[in-house]
Amino acid sequence: MTEPKMPLWEVFIRARSGLAHRHVGSVHAADAEMALQAARDTYTRRGEGLSIWVVPSAAITASDPADKDALFEPTASKPYRHPTFYDIPPEVGHM
Amino acid sequence: MYTQALNQADTGPKVIEDADKLARFEAKIDAEERIEPNDWMPEAYRRTLVRQISQHAHSEIVGMLPEGNWITRAPTLRRKAALIAKVQDEGGHGLYLYAAAETLGVSREELIDQLLTGRAKYSSIFNYPTLTWADIGCIGWLVDGAAIMNQIPLCRTSYGPYARAMIRICKEESFHQRQGYEIMLALCRGSAEQKAMAQDALDRWWWPALMMFGPPDAQSVHTEQSMRWKIKRFTNDQLRQQFVDATVPQAHYLGLTIPDPDLRYDAASGHWRFGAIDWEEFRQVLAGNGPCNRERMEARRRAHEEGAWVREAALAHAAKRRARAAAAKIAAE
Ligand SMILES: [Fe+2]
Ligand SMILES: [Fe+2]
Repeated sequence: MTEPKMPLWEVFIRARSGLAHRHVGSVHAADAEMALQAARDTYTRRGEGLSIWVVPSAAITASDPADKDALFEPTASKPYRHPTFYDIPPEVGHM
Repeated sequence: MYTQALNQADTGPKVIEDADKLARFEAKIDAEERIEPNDWMPEAYRRTLVRQISQHAHSEIVGMLPEGNWITRAPTLRRKAALIAKVQDEGGHGLYLYAAAETLGVSREELIDQLLTGRAKYSSIFNYPTLTWADIGCIGWLVDGAAIMNQIPLCRTSYGPYARAMIRICKEESFHQRQGYEIMLALCRGSAEQKAMAQDALDRWWWPALMMFGPPDAQSVHTEQSMRWKIKRFTNDQLRQQFVDATVPQAHYLGLTIPDPDLRYDAASGHWRFGAIDWEEFRQVLAGNGPCNRERMEARRRAHEEGAWVREAALAHAAKRRARAAAAKIAAE
């Protein structure tokens, strides 16, 4: 291909106030302004959102799935991080 | 379906996969876990998905052409607004799907190039002409109806980005089918000429719609592997039968006749049994010899070429603004 590549942007949308922006997909656009416009046309045709973020895909650093065990496995051996680990007599009531 | 050309032999290089990795991958699939972009996957799985998802995307985009043909001639403002919205949705579907394919490491430019140079296929159905307004009714009712049949199980396909794109698409398809059926209903309740127009459209679209599900299972090269990897959940013949069973009563409600003298209800199985499909016609259309193949490709190539200056200007504008911002920053330091 002789044609230069159009940059890729990740699109995040806040569906309602009170909710976090959530990843919905991606668009190609020359700059941020056009990425916002394309995201609006592509991902909000039916009232899906109140706010859009676009982020250059290249700016995202992701964890490697190969490191999954090293990163996330240790929490499996720490049940004491959960409330159900602790015995409280029922007479005490809800805690 | 939109990916019917998948039923060709996989000609890619045979890769000897690491047995441990392959076993872990297949265990994940068996456990109904989704495969995500950076996960290890066998080359054949990646290749099959790129081909299937991009064919699906191309079909959505080329599919805008036969319906776009009637936007300026829609009979009322209500119908026109609905048709514009539907065609715009199809463009959106193409974009969701291209984005899903790109997560597998292929670029948008490459995918478009494959379509425009004729190396990639799209659904045979979009190579038929839209001669009358009733064709727009038939496309919504039958073509989107067949698409829904195929796409609902794809919402559970094993590749995460593809499944998520399909969920968005399925939410939007129902409107497409309903607006099509409503057009048919209005014509069938109208004058004798309008009803005849509806029947004529059904006569032309019925068989091509059945072909959308792809060749019979016995001739379908990819079905077995795709089912095992849960890319596909039902076979071509299963989906085709489901479609016929759902659609025949809808045609009867309209008072239309399905153009198949062999069609009969089999009370024992509860299925509508249909006559033989002309697979030679299907092969010809896929090979590029359908009524509109050349016209469709010319329209896509022209749109791409005529849009080139816009893409160039947008990139040049962005580069200029970046350079200006950088210069202003240096000046300020
Ligand atoms: Fe679609
Ligand atoms: Fe549709």
